[in-house]
Amino acid sequence: MYQEIFSKYTPTKDNLIYILHDIQDSHPQHYISEEAVQAVSEYLKIPANHIYGVITFYSMYSTKPRGKNIIRLCESPHCYIKGSENILRKMKNALNVGIGETTKDGLFTLELCACLGVCGNAPVMMINDDVYGDLTEDKVDEVFTKLRGVK
Amino acid sequence: MKYYRTHILIGINETSQQAGVKEFTDALHKELEKAALQEEVNVLQTGPLGFFGKGICLTVYPENVNYENVLIADLPELVNEHFLKGRPVHRLMLDAGSKFSPKFNYESRIVLRNSGIIDPENIDEYLGAGGYEAWEKALLQMKPLEIVDEVKKSGLKGRGGAGFPTGLKWSFTSPIECAQKYVVVNADEGEPGTFKDRLIMEGDPHQLLEGIMICAKAVGASKAYIYIRGEYKLSISRLTKAINQCREYGLLGKNILESGFDLDIDIMIGAGAYVCGEETALIESIEGNRGIPRWKPPFPGVKGLWECPTVVNNVETLANVPYIIKHGAEGYKKFGTPDCSGTKVYTILGEVAYPGLCEIDMGTTLRTIINDYAGGMKKGFRFKAALIGGAAGVILNERMLDVKMDLSSLQQYAAVLGSGAILVMNENTSIVDMLWSILRFFRHESCGKCAPCRNGSQQLYDLISKIKKGQGTVDDLDMLLLIAETMQQTSFCALGQSPIMPIRSALENFRDEFLALIKE
Repeated sequence: MYQEIFSKYTPTKDNLIYILHDIQDSHPQHYISEEAVQAVSEYLKIPANHIYGVITFYSMYSTKPRGKNIIRLCESPHCYIKGSENILRKMKNALNVGIGETTKDGLFTLELCACLGVCGNAPVMMINDDVYGDLTEDKVDEVFTKLRGVK
Repeated sequence: MKYYRTHILIGINETSQQAGVKEFTDALHKELEKAALQEEVNVLQTGPLGFFGKGICLTVYPENVNYENVLIADLPELVNEHFLKGRPVHRLMLDAGSKFSPKFNYESRIVLRNSGIIDPENIDEYLGAGGYEAWEKALLQMKPLEIVDEVKKSGLKGRGGAGFPTGLKWSFTSPIECAQKYVVVNADEGEPGTFKDRLIMEGDPHQLLEGIMICAKAVGASKAYIYIRGEYKLSISRLTKAINQCREYGLLGKNILESGFDLDIDIMIGAGAYVCGEETALIESIEGNRGIPRWKPPFPGVKGLWECPTVVNNVETLANVPYIIKHGAEGYKKFGTPDCSGTKVYTILGEVAYPGLCEIDMGTTLRTIINDYAGGMKKGFRFKAALIGGAAGVILNERMLDVKMDLSSLQQYAAVLGSGAILVMNENTSIVDMLWSILRFFRHESCGKCAPCRNGSQQLYDLISKIKKGQGTVDDLDMLLLIAETMQQTSFCALGQSPIMPIRSALENFRDEFLALIKE
């Protein structure tokens, strides 16, 4: 099932980061499974421990299944003084999860991240590929309601 | 070529995309057709316009009117009043209700000169603005060492933070005889509060490519990589498009313009690690490893990517290069101060009236930047502090507002200009809180390779958390400094050497605030 991804890349180590991005993006639960690591290891002929080393080093990769919508709230200094802690508390309550956890319905995973470079609109979060700025507690509700409605 | 009497520039960035700029543009076209203006008014999607408004922002030329937060519902009024009858709609204007007019377009611009003016997705517009002339000159008329010399003479210094002279860096790699050399562009912008490189890439991607091409010719590299953050989706798509256009036009590839010189540029997408902004960690990451810094020497200029000589430059640095080649070192030195030439792109954030992005001569004072370019403080707030240069920067107080913003003047304050991020705080911001957030950041981003940084960043975080809770002692303040100094002296890379800067400046400039939280 990974052949399609592998066929885009020559089996050299410098393609590892790309391959991992593609595998994670194509998985409905946005993560890299043990089976996937084995397949990559065989394709690139590099040991699985190296691949795990890479996966766990970068914050964008996950070895745990995640929700349909991955929320990444910025916790950098600028968003922090603009009140990202309140937003985080609001999200935890609204979703009933802790940091790094996924809601029971599999819709949302809550994560923190470093500066997203959209500081003009702090506090900021990214959900999948979309950026949401100028967050307020009401706006969080609004976005969650909208995403819950998307089939 | 077609002539239009009015040009409407729509700023495309993440905020405006969020506000539905696509539907908005379609609606604007329809509305203009309704008024039969489609032959007279040109609508152009462009990069960031240089100011931060809410929602969708427009700039209208030749009147030079800035609109913010324009909704689809406002379009009939806007088209009828402004574009048909020539009466700008005051209620939507950016500086509505204020007499202050920020100097959006009076800045001396090198890097951002096309940003917000041309369509960044169309190579013809860049060519029309004199683009790729410098590349042609460098490729066909100049020898590699002449390019290096010109850049050396221009006094250009690295804009990534460390401020190393760019020409000197190139001169290490240029003379090496080697079958393969590389140029790597550091677009892994992760310094909190910084997004200048994102705006350069979104606003004028071709200028960066031209800078890369000239650099490649100067050092003899046939392959370049742009290492860009995975989060910067728009930058990635704009640069990919720009590279493909260059290939089509024969500006990249084999035997470019019959010169015998080959070059190709590829984009590498990062996966989220602050430490990858360190040049050797970045190289490790491109090779498919954990982004952990390497021992230096050998420096990348001699032994870098896959053991080949590699020049690593920041986005803003390379975006300055086409101007230098086109106008010569002397033309470039008209900007800035004698020992620090050129301009600097700043991002001004926080409690100022007009947060945003500006490009100003080196050596402009912080006071001028805040008052003239950001419209001063937000109404009703007083200046308390400014964090310059992101997390690895310094916290300045009011007495230091007249510090000149250039690399050598800031050195007096043990600061580096860093990433150009200026975060302005008002009297309600707690400096202890701010420092806590900075130290939490370092704890999270330490890569764990060396003990001083791995353990030190945790200790610093524990200490500041204790102080923040009101449980600290005076000794804890000294301990913060001692640990940070030790980290500075013994850490492997710049990440561990950095926490001393915010800590020392916060403790020196705002000691009272810390003492107020100390238990007796």
